[in-house]
Amino acid sequence: MTGRARFAFGMLAFGYAFLYLPIALVIVYSFNESRLVTVWSGFSLKWWRALFANEAMLEAAWLSLRIALVSATGAALLGLAAGYALVRAPRFPGRTLFGSLVVAPMVMPEVVMGISMLLLFVGSERLFGGPDRGFLTIAIAHTTFSVAFVAIVVQARLTDFDRALEEAAMDLGATPWVTFRTITLPLIAPAVGSGWLLAFTLSLDDLILTQFVAGAQSQTLPMRVYSSVRLGVDPQINVLATIVVTIAACALVLSGWLTRRKV
Amino acid sequence: MSIASRDGPIVRIEGLTKRFGPIVAVDRVDLEIARGELFALLGGSGCGKTTLLRMLAGFETPDAGRLFIDGQDMTDVPPYRRPVNMMFQSYALFPHMDVAANVGYGLRRDGVKAPEIAARVAEILELVHLQDHARRKPSQLSGGQRQRVALARALVKRPKILLLDEPLAALDRKLREATRFEMVRLQEQLGLTFVMVTHDQEEAMSMATRLAVMNAGRIVQIGTPHAIYEHPVSRFVADFIGIANILALPEGGWMALRPEKITLAAARPDLPQSVSGRIVDLAYEGDRSLYHVATEPHGTMIVSTANTSRAAGGAFSRGQQVWLGWADEAGQRLEA
Amino acid sequence: MRFVIGLPFLWLGLFFLLPCLLVLAIALGTNAPDSVPPVELGFSFKSFALLFSDDLYLAAWLSSIRIAATSTLVALLLGYPMAYAIARTAPNRRPLLLMLVVLPFWTSFLIRIYAWMGLLADNGLIEQFLRWSGLASNPGTILGTEWAVHLGIVYAYLPFMVLPLYATLEKLDDSLLEAAADLGARPLAAFLTVTLPLSLPGIVAGCLLVFIPAVGEFVIPDLLGGTGTLMIGKVLWDEFFTNGDWPLASAVAVCLLVLLVGPIAIFQRNQARSLEKRS
Repeated sequence: MTGRARFAFGMLAFGYAFLYLPIALVIVYSFNESRLVTVWSGFSLKWWRALFANEAMLEAAWLSLRIALVSATGAALLGLAAGYALVRAPRFPGRTLFGSLVVAPMVMPEVVMGISMLLLFVGSERLFGGPDRGFLTIAIAHTTFSVAFVAIVVQARLTDFDRALEEAAMDLGATPWVTFRTITLPLIAPAVGSGWLLAFTLSLDDLILTQFVAGAQSQTLPMRVYSSVRLGVDPQINVLATIVVTIAACALVLSGWLTRRKV
Repeated sequence: MSIASRDGPIVRIEGLTKRFGPIVAVDRVDLEIARGELFALLGGSGCGKTTLLRMLAGFETPDAGRLFIDGQDMTDVPPYRRPVNMMFQSYALFPHMDVAANVGYGLRRDGVKAPEIAARVAEILELVHLQDHARRKPSQLSGGQRQRVALARALVKRPKILLLDEPLAALDRKLREATRFEMVRLQEQLGLTFVMVTHDQEEAMSMATRLAVMNAGRIVQIGTPHAIYEHPVSRFVADFIGIANILALPEGGWMALRPEKITLAAARPDLPQSVSGRIVDLAYEGDRSLYHVATEPHGTMIVSTANTSRAAGGAFSRGQQVWLGWADEAGQRLEA
Repeated sequence: MRFVIGLPFLWLGLFFLLPCLLVLAIALGTNAPDSVPPVELGFSFKSFALLFSDDLYLAAWLSSIRIAATSTLVALLLGYPMAYAIARTAPNRRPLLLMLVVLPFWTSFLIRIYAWMGLLADNGLIEQFLRWSGLASNPGTILGTEWAVHLGIVYAYLPFMVLPLYATLEKLDDSLLEAAADLGARPLAAFLTVTLPLSLPGIVAGCLLVFIPAVGEFVIPDLLGGTGTLMIGKVLWDEFFTNGDWPLASAVAVCLLVLLVGPIAIFQRNQARSLEKRS
């Protein structure tokens, strides 16, 4: 191994340690007897029991899950349409504007998006008397900023797509809609699926946008975690972190396994 | 189907034109193709042959002109309602379906019942010797097998015309030659009309019953392979198909003279036409040798000799003074 | 097709473009604490004037840019060798190594920042380690300092740096380096003249993917930084939620957007070009 490669692999090892040590410690301390996360005072499951008895937290988790399901599905549909339009419609009025609108939410600072969406909802409340801030407004906000992520992966997949496949289907008697359903959609489904998963995760994780548009009644999981963490370290959050990391790891292994299976 | 349409040509094209921006890809083409022909569209890249084929399939809409298939106007009919099927250059096999599903795709679109689909797929797979590969995915097949799946998929719907876009281009040389015969056999056995696009003149000459040579969006000559080779009408066709010496005639105009029609000799041959020259270059090609001979009246001429003997080296060497001779009827007078 | 274009167009126009215009409208209004919502529409540059005249805001802008820039640089210095090492391993091992980089990104952002709170806390593990190893005899609490904010940004955005770098380094043809060596370039010269220039699109994308969100970051300075750490995202948040000054918060948002228009445009051109190359 050359010196350069040895340095690079040393940095890689350091990078992984940097990424995983804090997470590992959070997991370890979720089984700590003590309330303090600086001292290990013996194995205990009491924080696990406490979290599962914490109704406010469970309720927030349930709300977050429902919002994530709705907004990821909405973002997947809109993102699929947007990505498809960007690749397959080379010219239409306002295409440049459309192209920027699709990707802009991805790079827009979240605080800016948060304040702008809240102003919209406040305005519509004044003008039309609704919608009430809560589930619906959060889901709309999450959908809006996730569309970009789905559109980007769909766009990339369609750019590599061999148009002759669609022509072959039409040549064999498939109408444009049947062609889309039997050829195009199955072949870009993995991209739509990973876009959906990304949108789902982003929604589940979002704090800032949610905090702006949530209103007084709705508390999502990140909002609960944030208000608890602001007051200092709380072992129940360690338990929550352990659960989240485990689910994420399982989901990644599963998706890695799915994509390795060749079509 | 009326009796009249049975007798007429399977394809009739009148003044078909297609433009892409400022480029005229197909320029007022008229063409008739008879039932049961293996017709080839031959030309260099960008000559419009593929665009013409894609207009037959319905992927491109012509800007002018009309297109009839089996007597019916198909000019504005979308591809999925045309009685033709196409074999794509890339084969365009659906990667997420196995061989049987690929081949049965078109039948499913027509609402054919499942048992009949299974029977017809099995039958056609047998015809292309792939009956044991029905459950494989395209990615698990060799190039030659993929080509046969594409062929079977296009044939299974019994189209009035089978369109083939460079059907052999993706195969390696050895397989290509074997497949040529296989496809001609299939075409004769099924009695179908094949319309093939190719840039490979050898392929077109050896397979087609008739072929059209295209240049710059126009058909420059239509005829049997023999007619095209021996009686080219223009300098373009003479030059494009095989090798031709283009000689200026003393009374004006041009003549095409094929290298193998010329006799090469050390002494002046006893032939109506003869010139002397010096060998400036020679290329040994195994079955034949090509000589470049610098002559006084005609510049450098190309002569080929068949290597019927196994003796090393030809009878002639570089720098040697030689005589070229040919019969009066050996050359073809060109119109343009 | 009209429907396929129209639906997302309408959605984004209504829920993205219109709100952005609203922010501009509110920023030009004036604060009216007694009405609901606390804004009086108008055409006044009062909020913008305040932003540029008060030293506090100017300091917040400058320190946001400084913190984002230094964190981006540190992330690049750590992320480049990581991406390089992954791209040099056997192709069958790369997916696993990449997955390990991406995995933290799929866990909660908030929880990853929380993980550092415990580590950096008063008498936390980092402090204990520094004292035990003798690196610092009396390090003091790191939580609540700018150090902690830098650390948090690098930690949170490292995957965004590694992924685009890996994407360009992975495509690098080995024979280019062999050709450079064959023509007399030593390894370092080959790296500087071949690898580095060819990975420039990845460097640009990675740096912007870290810099852009870092400038407007709120959670990290709020949880890891102290009262002394001024960042513009936090200013916007406080003006809005604590002080209830909507026009001022909107003016901050508008300025933040204007500041980031340049980097965002560069990022999008970079992306469009790499997408074009693929087609």
